[in-house]
Amino acid sequence: MSTLLEVSGVSVSFDGFKAINNLSFQIGKAELRAIIGPNGAGKTTFMDIVTGKTRPDEGRILWGGKNRSLLAMSEARIAREGIGRKFQKPTVFEDQTVRENLLMALKNDRGPLAVLFYRPSAADLQRVVDLAEEIGLQDHLARKSGELSHGQKQWLEIGMLLAQEPRLLLVDEPAAGMTPEEREHTTALLVEAARTRAVVVVEHDMEFVRRLDCRVTVLHEGSVLAEGSLDHVTANQKVIDVYLGR
Amino acid sequence: MLDAAKDPSSGHGYLDGLGAEPTTGRRGDAPKPLIVRNPSILVFLTALALFTLTVTVLSEAVGPGLISTSFVKTLGKTLCLCLVAIAMDLVWGYCGILSLGHFAFFGLGGYMIGMWLMYERTRDIVATAMAEAPIPPTDAEIVDAIGTQIFGVVGSSEFPLVWAFADSLAIQLALVVLVPGVLALVFGWLAFRSRVTGVYLSILTQAMTLALALYLFQNDSGLRGNNGLSGLQNLPGVAAPQSVVSLWFFWASAAALGLGYLLAAWLVSGKFGSVIRGIRDNEARVRFLGYSVEGYKLFIFAVTAMIAGIAGALYYPQAGIINPAEIAPIASIYLAVWVAIGGRGRLYGAVIGAAFVSLVSSWFTGGQAPDLPLGFYTVKWVDWWLIVLGLSFVLVTLFAPRGIGGLVDLWTERRAPDRHGADLGPDPGALREQEATE
Amino acid sequence: MTRIFLAVLMLLAAMRVAVAQETPLQAILQEHAAIITKSSRTTIKPAIAAVAGSGLDRAPEVLQAWQSKDMWQRESDGLFFRAEKLDGQTYRLIDFDTGEPAGEVSKKELSQIKPNSGIRALIAVALVQFQLSDPDPARRLDALVSLDRDPNPEALAPLRASIDGEPDPALLAKKHRLERLLTIAYDSDEAARVAAIDEMSTDLGVDVRATLNPLVATRIEIFEGEIPGTANVARRLTPGKDGFDRTAAYTMLVDKGFAAPRLDPDKVREVLTAHIDGGRVGDVPVSRLDTMPARAEAYATLVAAGLAEPRATEEEIDIRLASYQFAEIYAETSAAVTTAANAALGRIATRVGVYQAADLTLDALSLASIYFLAAIGLAITFGVMGVINMAHGEFIMMGAYTGFVVQQVIPNHTASILVAIPLAFAVTFAAGVAMERLVIRWLYSRPLETLLATFGISIALQQLAKNIFGTQARPLTAPGWLDGALALNDVVSISYIRIAIFVLALIFLGVFLFIMKRTRLGLETRAVTQNRRMAASMGINPDRVNMLTFGLGSGIAGIAGVAIGLFAKVTSELGSDYIVQSFMTVVVGGVGNIWGTLAGAAMIGFFQKGVEWLNPSNTLAAQTYMIVFIILFIQFRPRGIVALKGRAAEA
Repeated sequence: MSTLLEVSGVSVSFDGFKAINNLSFQIGKAELRAIIGPNGAGKTTFMDIVTGKTRPDEGRILWGGKNRSLLAMSEARIAREGIGRKFQKPTVFEDQTVRENLLMALKNDRGPLAVLFYRPSAADLQRVVDLAEEIGLQDHLARKSGELSHGQKQWLEIGMLLAQEPRLLLVDEPAAGMTPEEREHTTALLVEAARTRAVVVVEHDMEFVRRLDCRVTVLHEGSVLAEGSLDHVTANQKVIDVYLGR
Repeated sequence: MLDAAKDPSSGHGYLDGLGAEPTTGRRGDAPKPLIVRNPSILVFLTALALFTLTVTVLSEAVGPGLISTSFVKTLGKTLCLCLVAIAMDLVWGYCGILSLGHFAFFGLGGYMIGMWLMYERTRDIVATAMAEAPIPPTDAEIVDAIGTQIFGVVGSSEFPLVWAFADSLAIQLALVVLVPGVLALVFGWLAFRSRVTGVYLSILTQAMTLALALYLFQNDSGLRGNNGLSGLQNLPGVAAPQSVVSLWFFWASAAALGLGYLLAAWLVSGKFGSVIRGIRDNEARVRFLGYSVEGYKLFIFAVTAMIAGIAGALYYPQAGIINPAEIAPIASIYLAVWVAIGGRGRLYGAVIGAAFVSLVSSWFTGGQAPDLPLGFYTVKWVDWWLIVLGLSFVLVTLFAPRGIGGLVDLWTERRAPDRHGADLGPDPGALREQEATE
Repeated sequence: MTRIFLAVLMLLAAMRVAVAQETPLQAILQEHAAIITKSSRTTIKPAIAAVAGSGLDRAPEVLQAWQSKDMWQRESDGLFFRAEKLDGQTYRLIDFDTGEPAGEVSKKELSQIKPNSGIRALIAVALVQFQLSDPDPARRLDALVSLDRDPNPEALAPLRASIDGEPDPALLAKKHRLERLLTIAYDSDEAARVAAIDEMSTDLGVDVRATLNPLVATRIEIFEGEIPGTANVARRLTPGKDGFDRTAAYTMLVDKGFAAPRLDPDKVREVLTAHIDGGRVGDVPVSRLDTMPARAEAYATLVAAGLAEPRATEEEIDIRLASYQFAEIYAETSAAVTTAANAALGRIATRVGVYQAADLTLDALSLASIYFLAAIGLAITFGVMGVINMAHGEFIMMGAYTGFVVQQVIPNHTASILVAIPLAFAVTFAAGVAMERLVIRWLYSRPLETLLATFGISIALQQLAKNIFGTQARPLTAPGWLDGALALNDVVSISYIRIAIFVLALIFLGVFLFIMKRTRLGLETRAVTQNRRMAASMGINPDRVNMLTFGLGSGIAGIAGVAIGLFAKVTSELGSDYIVQSFMTVVVGGVGNIWGTLAGAAMIGFFQKGVEWLNPSNTLAAQTYMIVFIILFIQFRPRGIVALKGRAAEA
């Protein structure tokens, strides 16, 4: 399996505190991966680094088949390269309708002038409808997204991520605050998405991770503690000590 | 329930023509034209046309003179203020950048047209005076005499470099747009690329305005220091009386406001509007969607600066004089006040706010308002108006964040969306409230 | 007969000698009686010199009487006396030589000597040498001061003579210094002057430079042929080079009458106007005269017709200029003196430069203190609480007006300031708390709206102050002991009021640090700043903390207002003059850190003073450049000098 993203030897510190310490990480082109770890393990910082929000002090991040470095790119550029990110809190544009939210995320030219003269084509509109069906919001296209329930917002955000057609999806705690039925739907969405692209899920909830049924990377104090199947890592004594044992 | 709830800030969603009902499987029809989707544009333009017609018919130049020439000028100036308020609304109400510098762009536009007006008018005067000399003047003598006339007050007679094109109307008209636009581009590029946002950005724009005003206050700024440019109400080479000229400017202002409103409505109605409102509500999210937020901000900042420049270029010939005090930071803050009182995030709100507050202000401060005797104390409005304005502004911010425009929501009986703890107004900090209450 | 004649002659001679011996001053006066009574400034000098140079003890009394118009001439014999008025018509005469009364006479028998102001000034100069050795130290000091103000060559010798006998060390130093300066200016011995110049070349006094500068003053002179060797040439000038303008050079020639005027456009127009004849000038129609070539052509025809003077052409100008030598010539003839003076001035300039830099540093420090004072309250409300308070400037204004009102009640300035400071704190603290409770707490999540709401309060407060106190500036007078300045030398000085403000800024810094690090309020404030929800769950009441913090920030603004009011005029716009700078200080320094505010204030103060130093005429430009600099600075450190990093910065 060829590598889509390769992070090697990355470190970053804030005021002397090493949030990420010589971290190395790889993911393939169509793979589902869960990242777990206690608070302060560097999960969010890791996502910040990959998406360009935080610049690492050292290390390299290579992307795609051509092994291009992500370090010199802006956040927007990285997003256009095909890395989508879902935040912990649902962040959709609450003042705008579900349809507007999805259309904004659709993969199209993102330059100001192109956007200014953009008219949605029939294909674009159809794609929005399809996406809405996929995330179960087909009946809510014309509603303000601010009126949606918490779980619906999470799905809308996943839908927006899918609309971007990313090659790598970074998802931060998607199941937080969801009802069991909503969790199930979310799991299905992520597993489905991982068929065609790489998906990295950061999660606290072991039950949810187990359902994803994928390779797991355990982070601790800014570096990888263990990697493998969930059963494999939960059997690891170090993991039990720092995380599960508590 | 599934009706597209009319949010004030989205105003006219470009998808409003689509699916007011569940649209499962419905193929995308082409959206309807802008004006059909946004009836408020038609209402506004009709009202503006009727207003223009009424003023024209009642003016001294055309009709019975029920509206005096000076009041025509006041109304024309108000239209210009409405136009700059629209620019402010675009940049603040829609894009979330609380610029405290747009009145500086407005002033720059005024200065650019003022240079041509003053140069040409002085040339007329000088040429007339010199024609009486026994020997006809050389070109150099005329230019020297103009220089002495214009710059005598600052102890100079040389033309500064910035006046190089003052004799060309075409170039100065271009500069009306270019100077504010380029300044906005340079400043915006510096500010946005270093990710200065929120109140920091406001303070930085305020600093820019102050720097510009202080620069213009200097005698060697080349723009006559604190004397400013004067005599701008006269159109060079036009013999028509002020009553007629003022009407021309009134028409031009009305036309500019109409076009500016259309442009702004078009800008905010499409996907572009969707993106800039997204930037206002959550800049980082838009960035992670792959949009270059800085580019969009720069675009809207520069475009609105140009609109402000045009508004200023129409305003100051009606005011007759421009000086650096006009550009002082407080003017830009007042601009924000108008838009906030009128209602941010809706174009007609900006227009209502600017027209209402500026006209009421000039009524109160002009000494026309009758004193209010309270028995123990007589309230003189000239002295108390600012206090009333300041406090009413606090009240609007606290209790009516949607401003006067919010009344329209009540009147249209549209259900206010249940926003589930979403922000009360378009403000980047709004999300924090949600966090705070979690 | 001859013997008798001789005897009489000898007797007469003896009597004369006796008269001269007994009344030498009267003799001198009689000798110059004619010019004394003539009383003309141009001819009086020998008389004054004779009295002053007589070496007689009572000579200064004569001069004083003369100067104060107390010298009278008795008409009967032409003798001079000092006269004291007894009553309306009677005067008592006092003999100059003995100091004894010499009878009382009617005014009618006397005529007063009335020296004009010019003569009195000459007498004063002559008197200085006596006063320099006067037993009364105060008069000696007066003499030195007057000599310093109005130096003259004659005083040099008596000044030197008086140095030896000077008992007072302070006066001795002054005399010595003055002697050196007079030597530089007036001594006839070149070597002595050069030595004095070298000696004084380490002195920074303005008087030294004032003495040296005339020595190196030059004027441009024109020479036909070679420059004579006697001239002390500073440098030769070539027209068109070394900043010596060709036009100016030619104008000098014209002024001296060495050359004909050039073709001046104004003059040409004048001449042409004078010769308009039937719509033509020469052969050229008037309507064509709107270009310079046409005018030159018309002028040429006038010259050809003999109606106008010929004018110099460019070639003629060059020829004339080439045939003269131009040079800057020192007014001082001694080359050794001018060389030494230039060298000394150079050394002094270097030292003055160093001290000016020190002075500038002090200036910048005091400006930084002012910005720090104005900004520290803002740093608390903006930095610690994230609330932008546009009315901060109005709190400063309220503090200043509080000081003004207190001074109306308590006239003693020291006491009133001591009362005003806590009172200003109390007033603005209360105003701040009220504002926080009524407005700001509803807007914590909406920073931009806080900005606008507080702006509304700002304009209301400003107008309210205008309604109460009027638009004119109100004085807030500093106590007497803050008047004046601490002068280290003639270059470096700093006013006490600025020192006081600097000290106040230090105190504020200390108090702030104490409150933040050592008190319960500080601890709670820091806790709320870092994590509001966590702090709340630890039993801290965030509302109370916010209220008190805001009150504290506002109260400090009030105290700053009293301080600023002491040197600035108290008007309703006082606050708005400082608000933008205060914001800049906080933004540049970095939010949420008092050291950042300090660094920001220092940077802005030093930068502004630096620009003012480079372009002293224009403080407006300094502010403009400062703001542009800040905008650029933000590029490199968007979060200020002292920046928070990591998660804390995201909040």
